[in-house]
Amino acid sequence: MDYTFQFSNVIQNLPYLLKGALFTLEIAFVSFWLGAAIGLAGAMAKMHGGRLLRGLVSVYITLFTNTPALVQIFFLFYALPDVGIVLEPMTAVLIGLTLNSGAYLTDILRSGVESVRKAEIETAVTLGMSGLQTVRYVILPHIAKTIYAPLCNFFVWLVLGSSIGAIFGVEELTGRAINISTANLRTIETFSVVAAIYVALTFVASIALGLVGRHLFRAKIKVF
Amino acid sequence: MLDLIISQAPRFFTWYTLVFVLEAMGRTLMMTVIGCTVGALCGFVITVIRSTTSQWLMLLRLAVTVYVEVFRRIPFLVILFIVMYASQGLGSNISLSTIATVSICLVATAFLSEIIRAGLESVPRQQLEAAQVMNFGFSRTLFMVLLPQSWKVILPPAFAFMVMFIKDTSLASQMGVVELTFTGKVLMNRGFSPFLVYGVVLAAYFALSYPLSKFGAYLEKRLGSPQRRKSVERVRAHSGPAKRELVG
Amino acid sequence: MSLSVDRGEVISLIGPSGSGKSTLLRVLMGLLPPTAGQVLIDEEPLDYVSKSSLRAARDKMAIVFQQYNLFQNMDVLRNVTVAPTKIKKRPRAEVEVEAKALLNKVGLGEKYHAYPDELSGGQQQRVAIARALALRPQILLLDEVTAALDPELVNEVLDTVRGLAKEGITMLLVSHEMSFVREVSTRIVMMDKGQVVEIGTPQQIFEAPVEARTREFVGKILRH
Repeated sequence: MDYTFQFSNVIQNLPYLLKGALFTLEIAFVSFWLGAAIGLAGAMAKMHGGRLLRGLVSVYITLFTNTPALVQIFFLFYALPDVGIVLEPMTAVLIGLTLNSGAYLTDILRSGVESVRKAEIETAVTLGMSGLQTVRYVILPHIAKTIYAPLCNFFVWLVLGSSIGAIFGVEELTGRAINISTANLRTIETFSVVAAIYVALTFVASIALGLVGRHLFRAKIKVF
Repeated sequence: MLDLIISQAPRFFTWYTLVFVLEAMGRTLMMTVIGCTVGALCGFVITVIRSTTSQWLMLLRLAVTVYVEVFRRIPFLVILFIVMYASQGLGSNISLSTIATVSICLVATAFLSEIIRAGLESVPRQQLEAAQVMNFGFSRTLFMVLLPQSWKVILPPAFAFMVMFIKDTSLASQMGVVELTFTGKVLMNRGFSPFLVYGVVLAAYFALSYPLSKFGAYLEKRLGSPQRRKSVERVRAHSGPAKRELVG
Repeated sequence: MSLSVDRGEVISLIGPSGSGKSTLLRVLMGLLPPTAGQVLIDEEPLDYVSKSSLRAARDKMAIVFQQYNLFQNMDVLRNVTVAPTKIKKRPRAEVEVEAKALLNKVGLGEKYHAYPDELSGGQQQRVAIARALALRPQILLLDEVTAALDPELVNEVLDTVRGLAKEGITMLLVSHEMSFVREVSTRIVMMDKGQVVEIGTPQQIFEAPVEARTREFVGKILRH
């Protein structure tokens, strides 16, 4: 193998890459919260909505969880112009990730809410708690604890999933890796460094979320 | 716009297109199945290595653990790039399909080894002790006690992982692999309406993923007594960050 | 603590929970290394770091756990025959004959092909005893073998153990069944907080205990 590794150019570009990492986190963050809003609405709809609404939400979830995010975004980006909606690449990526996340998060949120067992509610009632008190002291903490770990896992997945934006020219971490490597032709080095950044990023995120979880909710997350 | 689709439909829905799309579906499925099967085998080897206790293997255990933790935390797209450029750098001429499949193997190994590990750990400690006091030895304990009792806990999440990966293979289209998403690009370049084209591609993925995930749910119900279902959840939780999974 | 056991003796370990009785058995079986001191089997010290030493020791002993620990994926007959055939390398036909005889002896002659989850606790415990005996151990350890059983089932297991004691096999048993202990033991060891309090014959321990602690414990127990 006649290839000498040269990391110097990549190291020089580290600030550029790290800004990309920040951008990655931002994309993940936005998609996560917007998706969570959709998820909450969807979960409520599934639990308290009429038959039609429940059916629609089910269809939404089934469609978006059984098809790839990439193709969903391709559809948004290439197909919508035909109906007159032209989206910027970044917008298409964000909308795609959000809709995708919404489908998964609906399910996570719904099972979190449903996991509050009837027995706990009954216990609260027998202890003389009012409806509002029951919600505040029994239901919400329980739900928070149950959904925290899956939500954190999902967020970390989303951080990795945001790399899809690179395909559309979005300058998040992977996108910047492509930019740099086309310039310096040091593809292996660049992508290895970027891979390392992703690993570090997700580790730090998991640990941070784990610490927060332990303090706020006493919810335990497995990092390893 | 609807008239555009209607006008293109006869040219689009030809036998030729059908075969093209079906072949791509087949390739998508095959890459996933091969990648995940190899991944399962390698994952098993990794898990076995991680359960050894001898001092001599400590370095190997460490290396393998690092591998698992690292490859679970890199986006699949980045891995595809690395494998592709690495294979070019090595001067080899392997096909794009192989590059994609190798990438799948690398990732599947990492994730599946965690699933297998959690499955093995879900076997109650006392079973291990009973084997230990009867001098069973490492491989006998593994093959005669642990595996028979844990495969039912391992299979549903492992299968669900594979079904999920079918969707991730869409990224291989960026490498030029002629899988399902790539056909979308090709058909679009032929001038067909992207609405039509990607609509069909979405439907094709759905046709692959939905029945399989229904089967996966059936597997889980079938192989799960309530006690086992708890173990499966423990396995899922243990599959850790960067593995999305439908809860419930 | 210091204890010496002769061949053919039946030693019972009694004492309050947490006194270290089960721990002692686990140490003897090599599952747990002692924090200080030595274990000698047939004058040979047991080296906890050496796999061959552990293997040699375990070859002479067998233990029956409180939770029976039958292999869930094997039927009764296989549970009993697997170790003698695979580990001790005895011919399968011979082992099967002996296994069936042992199962008959413990009263499970009808259940060769039943799986552990089809059996009651008492039946599983008796299979565990048969499994231990199939190893032809020189020393048999019994760890609270009746503690996890419903009262009705306790007697059938005790009968089995009683029979074994009569046959002269060396046994160490941990039990709360005081009248039984009194009946079968050659000596009784009273333990508390990880220490040996007193060692004596059943007569001594139950009728004329020397130590106050023993007196206290025996008095409390016998009041039932």
